[in-house]
Order: sequence, then structure tokens, then C-alpha cells
Amino acid sequence: MSSSVALIGACAVVTFVIKAIGPVALGGRELPLWFTSVVILLAPALFAALVATQALADGDRLAVGADTVGVAAGGLVAWRFRSVIGCVVVAAVVTAGLRAIS
Amino acid sequence: MDESHPPDRRQRLRDGLRAGLPFGIAGVLVATSFGVVAQGAGLSPAAAIVMSAIVFAGSAQFTAIAILTQGGSVGAAVLGAALVNSRFLPMGVAIGPSLPGGPLRRALQGQTIVDASWAIASRGDGTFDRYLLFGSTAVQYVGWVGGTVVGALAGNVLGDPEAIGLDAVYPAFFLALLIEELGDRRSRLVAALGALIALALVPVAPGGVPVLAASLAALVGLHSSARAAVVAETR
Repeated sequence: MSSSVALIGACAVVTFVIKAIGPVALGGRELPLWFTSVVILLAPALFAALVATQALADGDRLAVGADTVGVAAGGLVAWRFRSVIGCVVVAAVVTAGLRAIS
Repeated sequence: MDESHPPDRRQRLRDGLRAGLPFGIAGVLVATSFGVVAQGAGLSPAAAIVMSAIVFAGSAQFTAIAILTQGGSVGAAVLGAALVNSRFLPMGVAIGPSLPGGPLRRALQGQTIVDASWAIASRGDGTFDRYLLFGSTAVQYVGWVGGTVVGALAGNVLGDPEAIGLDAVYPAFFLALLIEELGDRRSRLVAALGALIALALVPVAPGGVPVLAASLAALVGLHSSARAAVVAETR
């Protein structure tokens, strides 16, 4: 129980500090042009990395599996129908289906 | 940005709630699987719910739990969570100039940064609408904590999260976010570069570092801003 308290407390503090650093350091400043140009490209860079590391890797090794196919199927739904909920539901259903038959 | 009238702010808050709703609903599924796997790492249902309520950072929570399940120490789990959360550093730097008030107020407003809300609040010109951020985060917070309650209390009924495909939900969630960002060629190039950087680092760097390093791909923007400056000067 005490280790749960330590884990949750430390994770909460660390998350608070990480999210606070940028706003505290840069609040209310004017934006130089180069800063803006980089900022608007952070989203595709970070989200692509999150997808790749979760769908194409398993821990510290690259791995393709049922979840990779499921995520790709979900991506098709997100792309064609602009639906986040459809995307995640299809990803889960396809992944579960593939695991059930393999 | 702060001179707006209260009715306008309320409207933007509502817009944020509406824009965040699909992500909040998708987040319920992700949080349900968190509630289930957290118990596998020895967290009580109450502890899992409290963790979601006060940490409120999905990928960090999953990482910490995975490290504990694999026999890692609490310190290693917290470090892993910090590394995965490190992407909020560049996100916070990006949104910082759009948050008004003193340091403490800005720090508190910064707590509302989560992936989907950060993307929703972006105006596309480097500035952010903080009311859209607050609204979309509020609805996702409810979904995140609510889903954890479901998973923590109904875990035994749901069974193995992998058997029902819940491990595919989180990457699919990010893929839906990514697809919204791929409007122009440069964004697609940066996305491909970010994915390549991350995948190249997966075998050699600790978890979380590959994603943080992928933010370097956004430096491609320096090239275009330099070009824009040259064009502006020659006019």
C-alpha cells in the first residue's frame, strides 16, 4: 500500500512539474517566427512517434502483431470518416478478432 | 486573447467540451484497460482510481504500471513515467506564450495540457485558445476517471485486456489525432521523420526517449521560416 502511495504521489508531482515548465518559463511572451514554425510541426512529429512506438514495437524491440493490423484498420476509419470513436472501436474489434482466430 | 467577453469565453469552453467529447469517449476505453492492468501490478482498485484522478496522464500511467509488473522498482516506474511525459515539455513550451497570468496561474493552467486538447486548442498559427483547451480537457478528465472506475471495479468480468483488443485502443487514439494533422506535405514529411527517429531509438533508448527525440523532426520548420524571412526581405 505504501509503495502505491509513493508511486502515485511521485508520478503526480513529476507530471505537474513537466506540464508547468513551459507555461511558467514562456507565459505571455511574443512569439518569434522561427518558434511558431517549429511549434506547428510538433503535433505531427509527436503523434507519429507515439503511434509508431506503440503499434510497431513491443517494449524495446520492434514487433508487428494483431494490434498493428487493428490500429491500421482504425486509422482507415479515422481517415475516411473522421471518427475517433469509430477508429478506436474498430482497432479493438479487429485486434481481438485476429487474436481469437490465431 | 484575454480581452474577450465572458459570453465568448463560455462559448469557446462549450466548443472545447464538444470537440473533446469523442476523445473523452475513446478515453473511457483506454482508461478501462488501465483500471484492469493496474490491479495486475498490485494496485488496489481505489489506488488505480486515485492515480487516474491526480496523475491524469494515460501513457505515463501505463508505463509506470508496466515497469512494476515486470518487477521494476517504484523509482524506475516513476522515471519511466517522467520520460513518457517529457513530450509535454515541448507541448508546454509551445502553449506557454498563449497562457496569461502569474507563474503559479500559468503552472496550473498548464496542467490542463493533454495530447488531444493541445491539438484541439491549436489555432494553426503557433498560438493556442486556452478556453478550447480547458473545455476539451474537462470532458476527457471525466472520461478518464470514469473509465478507470469501470476497469478497476469490473476487471474480473472483462477478463484479459489484450484478448478484447484494448491494447490497440491507445495507439489508434493517437493515430486519429495524427491524421488530423497531416493536411499539408510538410506535416506529412515531419510525421514520417518523427516516426523514423522514434523507431530507430526504440531498441537502444529507454521508453519515452524515442518519442521526445522525435520532436526534433519539427525543426524542419526552421528551414521554412528562414525561407519566409528571406522572401519578406527581398520584397
